[in-house]
Amino acid sequence: MGEMLQVRGLTKKFGGFTAVSEVAFDLDEGEILGLIGPNGSGKSTTFNLIAGALTPTAGTVTLEGRDITGLAPTNVCHKGVARTYQIPRPFRKLTILENVALSAYFGADGSISREEAWKRAEDALDLTQLPVDAQSRVDGLGAAGLKKLELARALATQPRLLLADESLGGLDEKEMGQAADMLSHIRERRGITIIWVEHIMGVLMRVVDRCIVLDHGEIIAAGLPTDVAHDPKVVEVYLGTDAESVQSQVAGRVAGASETVGA
Amino acid sequence: MDFPLTDPFFWETVIQGLLFGGVLALLSLGLNIVFGVIDVVWICYAELIMLGMYTIYYLYSDFGVPLPLAMVAGVLMVALLGAALHHFIIRPILHTEPINQLLVTGGVLFFLQGFATLAFSVEFRNLGVSFGSIEAGDMYIPTTRLLAFVVSLVAVVVLWLFLKKTYLGTAIRAISQDRDIMPLMGVSPGKIYLVTSALGGGLAGLGACLLVLLYDIHPAIGLTFGPITFMVCVMGGLGNMIGGFIAAFIFAEFIALGGFYAEIEWGYVMAFAFFIVMMFIRPQGILGSKS
Repeated sequence: MGEMLQVRGLTKKFGGFTAVSEVAFDLDEGEILGLIGPNGSGKSTTFNLIAGALTPTAGTVTLEGRDITGLAPTNVCHKGVARTYQIPRPFRKLTILENVALSAYFGADGSISREEAWKRAEDALDLTQLPVDAQSRVDGLGAAGLKKLELARALATQPRLLLADESLGGLDEKEMGQAADMLSHIRERRGITIIWVEHIMGVLMRVVDRCIVLDHGEIIAAGLPTDVAHDPKVVEVYLGTDAESVQSQVAGRVAGASETVGA
Repeated sequence: MDFPLTDPFFWETVIQGLLFGGVLALLSLGLNIVFGVIDVVWICYAELIMLGMYTIYYLYSDFGVPLPLAMVAGVLMVALLGAALHHFIIRPILHTEPINQLLVTGGVLFFLQGFATLAFSVEFRNLGVSFGSIEAGDMYIPTTRLLAFVVSLVAVVVLWLFLKKTYLGTAIRAISQDRDIMPLMGVSPGKIYLVTSALGGGLAGLGACLLVLLYDIHPAIGLTFGPITFMVCVMGGLGNMIGGFIAAFIFAEFIALGGFYAEIEWGYVMAFAFFIVMMFIRPQGILGSKS
């Protein structure tokens, strides 16, 4: 276990507040891991610790056998980790293609040619179903389009591990389904390992292989989506918000899966 | 007074203003790119130009280096100074209050001026190179000014192509929009800042190449060009290169035409009065955005 990523004893304290406490998990190549939990449970902090935006107070992050704990974000990117943001932050004054090509070129640490970077950018746009022409501007994109651009920009750095932060926020139900399928499709096409943070459980459950639930910075449950959703501690954390809907959504996942088999 | 449109001196003045505008436009480029990307105003910008002028002067006059080579060395020298200014002085205080960066580069201004006075004395020095004038009808256009104008325009176009067509240029444009997420794309903001500072310095060096042909060199020459360069940038919208470009020509025409109707000093008075009025009407600059 853990050939792609090993996280051990990951802890982050801000003054007296512990945002992430002793988080540990493993990730195999090609897996999709769901990281869920209520707002403020430490999901995004965990992402920031892996991606290098924050330095952990304690613990280690090992990527493909190499220790990447505390590396600068630029270097973590060059080692093959990409992330998307919950709120898309494209460069609005650049074209869509420029946004992605920039990422492709510098993500490879300048080791590829102009043309190669261009090609990688086009691939990433193609994979996320965005317009591949050179003129399309960021302003023309809606919420779903911006989420796709965020994803395309991350993919253009040719990551082996993708950290996807709330890819569904702000989307309607149909778009959510498409976004989930897209992540699943990207894993199949590219063999990329994915950690996916979300606080909407249902759609995520359809796609992920395994699930970790965080609450107050600690892992309170881990395992298969179906088991996690019925875990009393998880139900308690989500109670009053959407405990019932979580269960019904998971039931829907099973139904959805059999439909796919039937089709 | 004659009707000005038929007066060749009037047209000569307009053209002189245009040519001077080209020089101002070039001077404003370096200051603007540094501000636009790093959000730092180099108060000592014109003093970097002064050091570039001395570099060219000594290499040419004392060491017999051919003028074009001396100019290349001058550009490289000021580019290096720009990078050093960023690395040793700006970078350590980049995340503190903006006023600190203003004050520290202001301090560098007086340091460099004092240093130049000690090292080179207060004597006015002249390269003693003249390319003569071009005669067109009844008008005389000094060749050096025409050259300065053409070099400015070429520099503007080359810089624009660099920013638009290369990955490094695209990164420079991107980082001025959102510096925090650049690392996620594998770009190190520190490196981009260093490159931008060297570029800003290089443009100041290019300005030095042109000014050294037009003016005497002395330790306080920065005071002649510093304030006006600064005002051109502010009037165009600090960090907005196209705005700065337009403002440069407006300023230059004010000065030239003021000199035509009265003494040249009145040109400066009118230009600065116009600047103050503009600050009331459009404090964000001609092409600056409100925020």
